[in-house]
Amino acid sequence: MINSEEKIIQKPKNPRSPQIKLHEKSLSRTMIFVVFISLVLITGYTLTHLDTAGVKVNVAFRELAMTLNQMFLQPNAGTDGVPLLLQALASSVMLSILTTIIGAVFGFLFAVLASKNLTNAYLGAGIRVVMAIVRAIPTIIWALIFSIVCGLGSTAAILGLSFHSIAYLTKAYSESIEGIDKSTIESLKVTGAKFWVIVFQAIWPTIVASFVSWTFIRLEINFANAIAVGAAAGAGGIGYQLFVVSGMSFDFHETGFIVYLVILVTFVLEFIAVKIRQFYLNR
Amino acid sequence: MMQSPTKYLAHKGWHQTAVIAIIGGIYVFGSWALDFNNLNGLIAVPKAFAWLGINFKPTANSMTYLPRIWQKLIQTVLLAISSTVVAAFVAIFVALLGSKVTGVNAFVQTIVRGIASFFRNIPLVAWSMILLFAFKQSDFTGFLALLLMSVGYLIRAFMEIIEDEASETMLALKATGASYFQVIFQAVLPQILPSILSWILYMIENNVRDATLVGILTGTGIGFIFDIYYKSFRFDAAGMTVLAIIIVVIALETISNQIRRVIL
Amino acid sequence: MLEVKNLQKSYEKDRPALTDISFDIKPGTFVAIIGPSGAGKTTILRSLNQLIKDDDGQILLDGDDIRTANKTQLRKFRRQIGMVFQNYNLVERLTVIENVLHGRLGYKSTLAGVFGRYTQEEKEEAMSLLKKVGLENFALKRCSELSGGQKQRVGIARSLIQHPKVILCDEPIASLDPASAQNVMELLKDLTEEYNLICIANLHQINMAKKYADQIIGIRKGKLVFDESSDLLSEDILRTLYDQDITEELE
Repeated sequence: MINSEEKIIQKPKNPRSPQIKLHEKSLSRTMIFVVFISLVLITGYTLTHLDTAGVKVNVAFRELAMTLNQMFLQPNAGTDGVPLLLQALASSVMLSILTTIIGAVFGFLFAVLASKNLTNAYLGAGIRVVMAIVRAIPTIIWALIFSIVCGLGSTAAILGLSFHSIAYLTKAYSESIEGIDKSTIESLKVTGAKFWVIVFQAIWPTIVASFVSWTFIRLEINFANAIAVGAAAGAGGIGYQLFVVSGMSFDFHETGFIVYLVILVTFVLEFIAVKIRQFYLNR
Repeated sequence: MMQSPTKYLAHKGWHQTAVIAIIGGIYVFGSWALDFNNLNGLIAVPKAFAWLGINFKPTANSMTYLPRIWQKLIQTVLLAISSTVVAAFVAIFVALLGSKVTGVNAFVQTIVRGIASFFRNIPLVAWSMILLFAFKQSDFTGFLALLLMSVGYLIRAFMEIIEDEASETMLALKATGASYFQVIFQAVLPQILPSILSWILYMIENNVRDATLVGILTGTGIGFIFDIYYKSFRFDAAGMTVLAIIIVVIALETISNQIRRVIL
Repeated sequence: MLEVKNLQKSYEKDRPALTDISFDIKPGTFVAIIGPSGAGKTTILRSLNQLIKDDDGQILLDGDDIRTANKTQLRKFRRQIGMVFQNYNLVERLTVIENVLHGRLGYKSTLAGVFGRYTQEEKEEAMSLLKKVGLENFALKRCSELSGGQKQRVGIARSLIQHPKVILCDEPIASLDPASAQNVMELLKDLTEEYNLICIANLHQINMAKKYADQIIGIRKGKLVFDESSDLLSEDILRTLYDQDITEELE
């Protein structure tokens, strides 16, 4: 090997020289490689050490297939009946809308106060740290904590869902706000406008499309969470019905019916979200 | 449609008022329908935190729970990672088949979109319960529930990434006479890899949180142990568990952000 | 020799995008296709390598019809036809030399291409082409770190390494500043002569077309209205082409 340590980036190669490199070692390439390998190794380890509680996997899969068959191919409203289920569904939807509204209002206020390009660094950093902690605690645990103080029921569920929503939306909105061009804010500042005037005349119109986007994403998450909280914290709604029929009375026909109802609602929510987003983007 | 400026501004003001009124109306109606007393709710928040301060405070005694909590938490993180990785592996193939850029044909694309949407929208509660019925109380149940949920999310995310980031290079390589697999491996995958990894990291964080719910329902991992402490009124241990969750989730988030900063 | 005969295309029924387009181009000719937006310039260009399937007609490259080629034959045709894009269409995360080597994929077995195995000769040729387009010091830079003009030159090197007979340029300078645009046009012009290529570029800038092209094809509403040497492009023809006076464009 002649000239093998010669760096081709410095000098143009003459056509005879051996070994043309196609890329240099870069931190980014190495990082991607390392992360992928570690993830695969962790997965391999976990899967080979997985506790299956002595269940015969093939038998279990056959059982699962039967259950899925009952659920998706033979759904019916079961003993609860359609009116009761619809009522429970409506209350779950209401729960998710209500908590999203609370999350959006408080989330926007906190986002304004937490954005680096708007407020002083200490207040912003403080809010961000608190929100990170609130976000780290799963919604279901928030709901369980509040249910000790307020008792089981919708109040605990609303507070639990709202807490996580506020923290989530604060982060999402403040990232949108931080993406705003500096000049937009400056141009109003030089007119002598007050802080909240700038917020509502310059910042709000600029981020309204992404605000709407994020809010609807959160609405979908909250609907899923409303079901989860209903099931695991006994907070009522369609989630509770789902938990009872699938975990206590084992009526998988009714489970299927409820799942279809839930999917229907998520499709409708998605459809509305797309329409409203289009409306705000086209303005 | 042309309007005069004053008319436009008036219309806009009216529009804003209407939107605020509608949202306010929904809120009031919702509070009434769910029997939610806003004032009591507001009072409950400081009360809850005061209560947390007293009861969730880890005592000297609660340190004895730590090894067990830690073990369950590690197990939960491992489950979250492995379910995400397996889901990502499945999702990347399906997304390549189903995206508008690399997809087979319109029929397959529609099918893939439908399946992804279906999997994504089946509630985690339903997955957990029916899997619990078949696979009993085991880690495998938790793994499958997280896996099935993640697959739907990742298929959609990956398809959007492919369509956003790879369509132009795809065209260029097609024009050189490269074959389908050459284009996928030389243009599409190198281009989208960082975004894919970023989504996988996000999904892992999310799955750690979701694993708590799955755990409460199926009796596995950190959710199970929290549920036991909570229901047996060992609140100091429950508080310890929450603290451990906070530390792990924030640590994961920080690591992910660092990785993202390097690769993106 | 590239011969296009009676090319037809419509995206919707009864709304033809191209009607009866015919022209011949000899090797060593730099051709500019001009015409208003939506006239069908891109459709023509992309029909030539069948990225867009046309409806009827003939496209003969040295006597062989591209339109009737099967999948394998089409890949062989495509590797003889380089393409340069307005937005460069590079894999931004890969290095310059890797992007240039992508032009060789059409010549490789699927497996070798999938794993990106290139021969020493191919790598050396890539380096010499980079030198030709003035980027020899950038071989190991990521494409995302380059300027627009540099990216376009990588795109040109990628098409040259295909050993093409034809290079199609889809608005090659529309995203570039005037100086880079000038450079890219000069480079294309020189390469056309040096390699005896057929180079076809869609252009919006009439002065550029007049300055660099040997032959100009004018398209209006999917019909060919002009196909002559570039000296013969007159104000009258431009007026019919664009439905308005654009004399100042002709300097």
